[in-house]
Amino acid sequence: MDNKLKHVAVPSSEITSESAYFSRRDFLKAMGIVSAGALLAACAPKPQPGGAANGTGNSTPVPASDQTDELGDPVNSFDEITNYNNFYEFTTDKEGVARLSPKFNPKPWTVEVGGLVHKPQTFGIEDLLAMFDQKERIYRLRCVEAWSMVIPWMGFELGELLKAVEPMASAKFVRFETVYRPDEMPGQRSPFYPWPYQEGLRLDEAYHRLTLLGTGLYGGMLPNQNGAPIRLVVPWKYGFKSIKSIVKIELVEEQPATLWNAVASNEYGFYSNVNPEVDHPRWSQASERRIGELKRRETLMFNGYEEEVASLYAGMDLKVNY
Amino acid sequence: MKKPRYTPLQISIHLFGWYPLAWLVVRGLTDNLTVNPIQAISQWTGYHAIIFLTLSLACTPLNTLFGWRELLKRRRALGLYSFMYASLHMLSFVGLDYGFSLKFFTEGTATKPYMLMGITTFLILLPLAITSFKWWMKRMGSGWKTLHKLVYLAGITAVIHFAWAKKGDLVGLSGDIVKPLVFAILVALLLILRLPPVRRWASQLKQKTFTILKTKPV
Ligand code: HEM
Repeated sequence: MDNKLKHVAVPSSEITSESAYFSRRDFLKAMGIVSAGALLAACAPKPQPGGAANGTGNSTPVPASDQTDELGDPVNSFDEITNYNNFYEFTTDKEGVARLSPKFNPKPWTVEVGGLVHKPQTFGIEDLLAMFDQKERIYRLRCVEAWSMVIPWMGFELGELLKAVEPMASAKFVRFETVYRPDEMPGQRSPFYPWPYQEGLRLDEAYHRLTLLGTGLYGGMLPNQNGAPIRLVVPWKYGFKSIKSIVKIELVEEQPATLWNAVASNEYGFYSNVNPEVDHPRWSQASERRIGELKRRETLMFNGYEEEVASLYAGMDLKVNY
Repeated sequence: MKKPRYTPLQISIHLFGWYPLAWLVVRGLTDNLTVNPIQAISQWTGYHAIIFLTLSLACTPLNTLFGWRELLKRRRALGLYSFMYASLHMLSFVGLDYGFSLKFFTEGTATKPYMLMGITTFLILLPLAITSFKWWMKRMGSGWKTLHKLVYLAGITAVIHFAWAKKGDLVGLSGDIVKPLVFAILVALLLILRLPPVRRWASQLKQKTFTILKTKPV
């Protein structure tokens, strides 16, 4: 256990070996997801009509990758990742999201970054893709419903974006907001949720190296059903913290409200760190089912990222701050 | 003329009773049960268990309202289908998911409020299913009727189990509550229709409607 955690310290998944890079690029080319001339750094951003990015990608047979996370578990297939989604803006039916999401149009797209910052700015998605190096990160995603996947994301660290807008000293939290388009997202017509979706992180969580703004998947652009064109990825927290289709990032002084906390505050706290010891009133969090496996496996503290993130919560009672 | 062996209602009920299982088998064999098949199975069977339970609760009130007597004879089949899917549902979770391991208890899953409601519902349906045959009915006399009144309770606990299994708050009307809410309203209506005063009122209404219909000049 200890050994394993030690070598987690530098996520090996951050480094994409050259051969893996070439083979992935080859099949992407074959699938028509990247144009032939694209460089890896730019392989995510190129919008391709009819490609995976438009949510029609779920019918594209992307071969299973032989990559693993740093614990040695294989990544889930593209098919699994893009056809089993909790994205209530579309529907509560996890398979239905992929069916409904092609209607959603993520271009053009801007992200407004403001609040307590010295340089508020609205970025076009192209700007973000060009300004920041798009890296591959293989992360575990643990849903509060006790299932999990291993996902090869593309993206950049949220911290880089935050540095660019220069937060003021008074900024303590980051608040995120999802786009509100009930015409394209039928789930948003449900009166039972306080739309738009919003989430938040403490500033130090937001600056953590592992915290990613995800812009791609499997080396291609982010499919609509996974939160196109840009989403948060916080691998040590339950999946619902990783807000999708972000249009607004705001630095604030007070802890921001979150959608699920507003729906049921005793179940979905602000922190929502993956923690097998903190019981959830609805589900036991001690074990989980990895998609693609039949047997349950133990849930790891902080989803296996304990070494990297535990210090963020030193001295805090995680049972109180669930 | 010879009476047909099966009535149309009976045939419909049995077709509808086996269809969810057939669907599961076909989907399972064609590898079409989503990427999380255990969850798909447990949701599908749980959903049909509550559908059949609600239908079986509807028989008596519908007879009171519309005088459709044959429904009273079909309650048992509907109740048994509910029990069948409830059993498959329970087995899919405790068996397929937890491999009948003690973890179901040691991890605290068995004592989650929604789980206690599910287990309670199952434990009510179990003796009802066992004693649903004529032999028991005769043997138990008036106790049989009293015992089978527990099905109302099962209707209530099943709805609570459903609502609590979903991410939402039925009382606060927020979250993923549309389906549980529909069943909550249906079950509540069906139970209200059984309250003696309401029932009397409903059958009077029926009488009146019939009298009007009959006296109308054709
Ligand atoms: C020992 C007994 C039972 C156990 C262990 C059990 C377990 C579960 C579990 C784990 C879920 C959540 C499934 C998921 O969303 O992943 C669930 C949902 C559900 N259960 Fe049960 N249950 C039991 C009895 C019953 C009974 C007796 C009924 C109805 C008569 C029932 C009806 C439902 C319904 C309608 C759902 C929601 C399905 C959906 O999501 O559409 N359950 N149950």
